[in-house]
Amino acid sequence: MIYEASFVAVTIFFLFVAVTLGLSFYFGSKAKSSQGYFAAHGQIPWFVNGIAFAGDYLSAASFLGICGMIAFYGYDGFLYSIGFLAGWVVALFVVAEPMKKLGKFTFADALDAKFGSRGIKLAAGISTLAVSIFYLIPQMVGAGSLIQPLLGFPHWAGVLIVGVTVIAIVVTAGMVSTTWVQFLKGSLLVIFSAILTIMILNRGFETAQGGSDGHALRTLSFDANLPTKEWKLPPDLAGETVATVTGATSKRTFFQIGATTWSAEAAPGRWLLHEAQTVQELDDRTILVNGKPKGSKKGEPELHPVGHVSKLPGGKASSGPLGPLSFFSTLQDSEVILWRNDKIKSAGGETVTVYYQKPTPGSQILRPGEHPRFKGIRSDKAIDKLNFLSLMLALFCGTASLPHILIRYYTVKDQASARKSTIVGIASIGFFYILTLYLGLGAMTSGSLDVTDTNMAAPLLAKSMNELLFAIISAIAFTTVLGTVSGLILASAGAVTHDLITSVMGIDLSDHDKVRVAKIASVVVGAIAIVLGILFKGMNVGYLVGWAFSVAASANLPALVMLLFWKGTTKEGIIAAVVVGMTSSLAWILLSADTFTKVYGMSADSAVVPFSQPGIVTIPLGFVTLVVVSLMTRDTAGDK
Amino acid sequence: MDNRNAKIGMVLFIIYLAMYGGFVFLNAFRADVMEMTPIAGVNLAILYGFALIVAAFVLALLYGFLCKSDEQGKPAREGDK
Repeated sequence: MIYEASFVAVTIFFLFVAVTLGLSFYFGSKAKSSQGYFAAHGQIPWFVNGIAFAGDYLSAASFLGICGMIAFYGYDGFLYSIGFLAGWVVALFVVAEPMKKLGKFTFADALDAKFGSRGIKLAAGISTLAVSIFYLIPQMVGAGSLIQPLLGFPHWAGVLIVGVTVIAIVVTAGMVSTTWVQFLKGSLLVIFSAILTIMILNRGFETAQGGSDGHALRTLSFDANLPTKEWKLPPDLAGETVATVTGATSKRTFFQIGATTWSAEAAPGRWLLHEAQTVQELDDRTILVNGKPKGSKKGEPELHPVGHVSKLPGGKASSGPLGPLSFFSTLQDSEVILWRNDKIKSAGGETVTVYYQKPTPGSQILRPGEHPRFKGIRSDKAIDKLNFLSLMLALFCGTASLPHILIRYYTVKDQASARKSTIVGIASIGFFYILTLYLGLGAMTSGSLDVTDTNMAAPLLAKSMNELLFAIISAIAFTTVLGTVSGLILASAGAVTHDLITSVMGIDLSDHDKVRVAKIASVVVGAIAIVLGILFKGMNVGYLVGWAFSVAASANLPALVMLLFWKGTTKEGIIAAVVVGMTSSLAWILLSADTFTKVYGMSADSAVVPFSQPGIVTIPLGFVTLVVVSLMTRDTAGDK
Repeated sequence: MDNRNAKIGMVLFIIYLAMYGGFVFLNAFRADVMEMTPIAGVNLAILYGFALIVAAFVLALLYGFLCKSDEQGKPAREGDK
């Protein structure tokens, strides 16, 4: 689609960045000690910390990724919402208080509190770095997706702007400024999502023949017994040649009439051809959309925005305003045009991506199993269900093991405050996740989706309401990225300075030097994040976050839980569990079908592991490793 | 007192785990059940999902309430700085 930068959007965006940086410099002038830099002197009020939890946690993945997934596939995206929130229960009931009691700055502190071992610090420090970097990728990709419609810059510019801004925030004032940025962002995100939801309910559903640009999608009907040469084509296609091709993965039949492409539906004695959309990149890098060179201004060739209701219950044209429950019951009995894509060969033999309509009953949209990743739950084979079970387990265990969430327990003064701020966090995060279902389904039926980019669903939904809201939502989404990324970079910097350099290498840094080293580490991690964000362009950010959760849960959770609940845990057991959990989950992801197809561009059949989500294997593996190694090393631990 | 808090936490955790586990296993092995529309034409998938989110909040409040009395008069964490 063509995105034109609007003056309002640019103004609001820069206002946000200016306020954020202003806050940061203001607090930067106050924070001097390393205690202040890493843990905000433990002086953040619990309510602020609670909302900051939301700001930290509700990353680009939640806002952009989940909304996008719901908008394209329905209920399945909401499974992530449920899993992401459920993880907080583990965090609050099991991990929060011991973390607060044991540690000082970092996750490694808490793990190591009992043993004082450099090995634990090393392993935990590295796992913190690995998880943070994995989690940074989707945030940066999200930033890149956003910048294009907002400011008209390319993807890499978005990644670069976020990277540089965040490094500035983290370097100036550390945890204090990061917390306030997250507080601001958390509140704005929840408030504006609520406003958007009210507008969606107010608008209700309307039937249409196409998206918001007014283009009515056509359906042609031909006698299947006639040779295609004798088909009577509509005037604009008259005289064009007709060819059939088969989709590479869906095995569907498509008709190419001249430069246009149609998906075929076989009706008795007839072919029904539904208008499809195509994107093709030529050798000289020009992009063809629907067979014509893509324009750069309004009115020139571009992909049509999509997503509309084709049938409402009772054949009505409009549902009128809906309530929070009648929204679902109305959709349940409607039919929505979803879009799927496939690859076909053009007449010249080049690969073309085709986006085709898939009329889907509402009852299917509102049940799990529509997304290819979750379709295993409708299969009869147990192995197909493992991927789903594995993901839900990783989401449940992941939250309590995310380093940037764990460090937030050190910014409040005592255990009671840690508990209260977690409750505030759960309230605001849970409320937001309920809204994601409305936002996603609202986007699905808004007529404004970009078929090529699932991550843009939420901002484009706002655009279908009005331009100002679009500007605000985009700016909030951008701040969302800023908030989460600063938390992650800070967690990484803490791990490098505190765990790796001071504790493992045994270099005794003065308080002042610690802060300086942390700042250098922030710049380096930020730079790595920028590069990865550019490389991973185009992947759904919610999906990428699922991976980060798997790695966090596999590497950190077994060690954390066993340390708290099993007296026989030894330091060797902890080190082994962290190392095995981290490497096995990373290796699993790198060898999975999803990575093979989406990152390496190879076929899914050549993947080594049987399903893509590692959690169900690697989390128990971490526990087993810990127990076995602890039992083997029991005697040496007894000496301590 | 930490033991008491830890015990409360564990009980609440197990309650939630059972609810979440029920949701995940229903989805995985009895996906058709999720399509039933027991209340106001809204299907079980949505109702159960919303219930899980609300339950997390209710249990969290309960936890905060139950633990609270122990904390009063207790000094802030020692050994800081």
